Amino acid sequence: MDTVGGQVNAAALTASVKLARIRALSSPFLLDISIEVPPGITILFGPSGAGKSTVLDCIAGLARPDAGRIAAGEEVMFDSQAGVNCPPQARRIAYVFQTLALFPHMSAEENVAYGLDGLPHQQRAARVEEILKAFRVEKLRARKPLEISGGERQRIALARSLVTQPRVLLLDEPLTGLDAELKAAIVDDLRAWNVARRIPILYVTHTREEVDALGERVIAMDRGRVVSEGAPMDVLEAPRRKRLAQAAGFENLLGGTVLDLREADGVMRVQLSEGNCEIEVPLGYAAAGERVRVAIRAGDILLATSQPENLSARNVIEGRIVSLERRGALVRARVDCGTEFIVHLTPGAARTLELANGSRVWLVLKTHSCHLVEE
Amino acid sequence: MDALLLSLRLALCVSAILLAGGLPLAYWLAYSNWRGKFLLEAVVALPLVLPPTVLGFYVLVAMGPRGPLGKLWQSFFGHGLAFTFEGLVLASVLYSLPFAVQPLIASFESVDRKLLDASAVLGAGRLKTFWRVILPLSIPGVLTALVLSFAHTMGEFGVVLMVGGNLAGVTRTVSIDIYDHVQSLEYAEANRMALVLLAISFAVLSVVYAINRQVGRQIGRRLWTPWAAK
Repeated sequence: MDTVGGQVNAAALTASVKLARIRALSSPFLLDISIEVPPGITILFGPSGAGKSTVLDCIAGLARPDAGRIAAGEEVMFDSQAGVNCPPQARRIAYVFQTLALFPHMSAEENVAYGLDGLPHQQRAARVEEILKAFRVEKLRARKPLEISGGERQRIALARSLVTQPRVLLLDEPLTGLDAELKAAIVDDLRAWNVARRIPILYVTHTREEVDALGERVIAMDRGRVVSEGAPMDVLEAPRRKRLAQAAGFENLLGGTVLDLREADGVMRVQLSEGNCEIEVPLGYAAAGERVRVAIRAGDILLATSQPENLSARNVIEGRIVSLERRGALVRARVDCGTEFIVHLTPGAARTLELANGSRVWLVLKTHSCHLVEE
Repeated sequence: MDALLLSLRLALCVSAILLAGGLPLAYWLAYSNWRGKFLLEAVVALPLVLPPTVLGFYVLVAMGPRGPLGKLWQSFFGHGLAFTFEGLVLASVLYSLPFAVQPLIASFESVDRKLLDASAVLGAGRLKTFWRVILPLSIPGVLTALVLSFAHTMGEFGVVLMVGGNLAGVTRTVSIDIYDHVQSLEYAEANRMALVLLAISFAVLSVVYAINRQVGRQIGRRLWTPWAAK
């Protein structure tokens, strides 16, 4: 760490980790990633089982990679070639688990002070005071974790980790189970805390909403590998692999063959493999005759009960409703157009259109709602 | 009353030794990844299944003037180990070992591993994690270990008879005393002694359950007992 103008500029976390886990009942799991986490929040996103938590465990020192190198700036914490492996207690990497792991026999204040044993009493009290205020839990100091509500427990877990002034913060879905508003408030406090410190924060999640809410930088992982990284829009709007596409909320994944490229129009035509549909999708890195996959969100598809005309949308496909299913605040319709599409609409719309099984409908797809996915 | 005092003194010594030795032993058995661990686990559990006379016999042979333990003791203290209070303590420690160690192992193992990870990433070494996290959360197990080894030592008979014999004030414990009274048809005496033991046992267990209730409420964990194990 170097100090510039009174501010502590923590260095980026770099981690390359290789790890093979032989599981008794399933196929072996191979983790092989190399990531760089600059100061600020970076999201590690991917479906469950992608290896996200294992990456955090390796960085924190709770799991040992077979090979690789983990460093915060110049400080090397693990290097298989040099034979370096710092124990977790010497890494100064804070880690908030999904279960939070607050010590149940200690008060909130004792939990927060746990990592400050080396400090003289007065300094310790001052640091605890400061962080309890920063996360707005100073009133709960005397309570035990079991007597504290959900969102406040998350705040105390964050305070406990950050009071030690770590050089990296790892968060493993710490806000799961909170409503969006509570989540946003906690994230705001976390951001505010990190303005002065600028440490790298690696935030693991498998839900899209959290990516949208937090998003600065996203690293998308699947099956032990990084599949893409960048701004949330780039990573999630153009998913490159099927599993990730599903995790990112693309209900429709259709196989097809590129018919031709129309560079002048910025589109290409794709013949879907099932049924007899042709759709236009944005121009991508593909050649005529190549097999591709097209991902479309169920919520991006318009549904009409008569053939629409005079539309800007280029893709209009005729089909029949196979089933309608109420799912909370939306209706999920399966539409057979030779190939099957899943369409989400509101219960009101379904009622107004008098949709029923067997109804004849037209699906309208905007070209830019059709995302090309690499196999 | 000599016999009762002797038994209490013996039980206190044995529980104290078992607590001091049982904590590190149980910690190792709960957390070690050593492949041969099962061997040590079997050794620790042995007194549970071994007839007390068998255990007593081997301990007696080892403590005898020609046994390894007896010789060692002789060279340090100038007298033998068999038929002495010290010999009785040693034999009782071995005999009650599983009653102390198994509740400790069970309660250490039931501490959420994530709490240990959390402690480590907060900068704590193993010793701090043990004193500040594992031990406080294992208080019910520690209490059980103490009570079980205390009660088990109070009531033991076969091992005492083999190793200690029946020397008034030295090795004649309550259970031996009761046995003696019954043998001489002094039922009133035997009954008096037996009632005292019954009362002590009941009082101790009541206190344990009361404490357990209190602790359990605070940390969400309950006493480990062999009769209430999962």
